Order: sequence, then C-alpha cells, then structure tokens
Amino acid sequence: MSTETTETLDVKGQNCPMPVIKTKGAFDELADGETLEVVATDAGSVSDIAGWADSTDGAELLDQTEASEDGETVYKHYIRKAE
Amino acid sequence: MSTDTPANSESALSPEEVAELRSRVDELETELSTLRTEMDDDSKKMVIIATKGTLDMAYPPLILASTAAAFGYDVTVFHTFWGLEILHEENSKDLKLSSVGNPNLPVPNAIAALPGMDRMTTRMMRGKIEDNDVASVEELVRTSLDSGVDLQACQMTIDLLGYDEDDFYEGVTTGVGAASAFQEMVDADIQLLV
Repeated sequence: MSTETTETLDVKGQNCPMPVIKTKGAFDELADGETLEVVATDAGSVSDIAGWADSTDGAELLDQTEASEDGETVYKHYIRKAE
Repeated sequence: MSTDTPANSESALSPEEVAELRSRVDELETELSTLRTEMDDDSKKMVIIATKGTLDMAYPPLILASTAAAFGYDVTVFHTFWGLEILHEENSKDLKLSSVGNPNLPVPNAIAALPGMDRMTTRMMRGKIEDNDVASVEELVRTSLDSGVDLQACQMTIDLLGYDEDDFYEGVTTGVGAASAFQEMVDADIQLLV
C-alpha cells in the first residue's frame, strides 16, 4: 500500500512510554489529512501505538511494518489524521 | 365519549395541586439538564496517589500519568509521604533501590542488610535503566508536566518532612491536601494508589 507521509518522527532508542507520548505530540501538530511516520526500535511500540490510535479521535492507523536495519529491528507506524 | 365536555369537578386539580406539580416539573427539568451536562462532558479523568519514593516505585505513576495524558486524559498525581521524593528536584535524581525485602535481587536478606548494599543495588539498577534506554525519573517528571499532568505535592507531608516549596520542580502544584485529592478522585474514571 502507498503511505505518503508528511512528517517523520524518529524515536529510535527510546523506550516505553516515550514513543506513544512523542507520537501524540507530533500527531497534534499534523493538519487534517496528513500522515505521520513513526520510526521506533521499541518492540512494545507496536501494540502501544495501535492502542493509542484506537482510542484517539481522528487517529487512523494505516500500517505498521517491521524490518531489520543494521542488525536491529525497526518498527514503522503510519498514522493519518482524519479530515 | 365526547372530548369537549369540561372535566368533572372530582378530577379537576386544585390551584395548590397545580402549583405543586409545576414546581415538581421545574425540579425535574433542572435535574435533567444537570444530567445532560454531565453526560456531554466526555473528558476522561485519572487520579493517582503516589506514596513511594524508591527508584523502582517512582516509575509506575509517572509512566501511567504521561501515557494517560497522551490518551487525552485529564491527569492528577497526588504525591504524599515518600512520593514527594519524585517531585523533589534534587532528590529525584538520586532515588534508591532497597535491597532488603526484595526477593528478586540475587542477594539474601542477611547480606542485603549490610552497609553499602542499597548503594550497590541502586547502581546496578541505574545501569540497567541506561542500558535499556529507559527514560530517567527527571525526564518523565518534565514530560508529564509538559503533557499537562497536574503533579501535586501534599502540603501536610511537605511540612512533615521539612521540605520547602522551592525544592520541587517548577510546575508542581503545592498547597493541596487530602480533601482536594479526594474531590478529584470522586470525579475521576480511574483512581489508583501506588
């Protein structure tokens, strides 16, 4: 699927609860219809960000990916702010 | 049956009864509008009472508070007794882990009680916190305040422990007591004692 992102938030190397808190901060800055990409190394961010998006009005979780980069697992989350 | 005949005198209400009914209707309307306002108020609220000041016990209230704020909750953390250490700008950077009475540590209690053991287990724990990229207590206090969490320091225990209002992080609420904490708990969706 194509996920055109407007903003990227890098929270690599940060652990619970920071990825969710910073995601919320960056999400609040988005304009309607824009998509935020969150790049994390915290394995817990997968369920945490999904849960946060589920409970947050206007936050639509488009996709979550997992890939190995330079020997560490990187989780990417794509969240769109509903129009 | 004809509908245009006047009601017979037996079923007619006296002016007093009509007045009573009117006032009852007014009462119910007021009550209904209060309930409607309460229902429309969809802001969620969480209150945590933080009573512990060891390194391990500083984390749960701060993590939950900042997370709940990210979920759009209105959050208050009322710090009392040793929980004040978390808000004390200087002491919060030097919280200790107790090695006695903690069966998860690889030291028997008899040895854990020796002088210097708390310092050793605390250093071990701090090392793990850093290795695992876990935020510091100071960082979580500042993040919570930035997220709009109301971090409150119980006035009675500030006095009891001989602290000064200026000892706490900027943004911490002082001058609050059990009654204000209780009132916030009454209105909250989630109440926790840590």
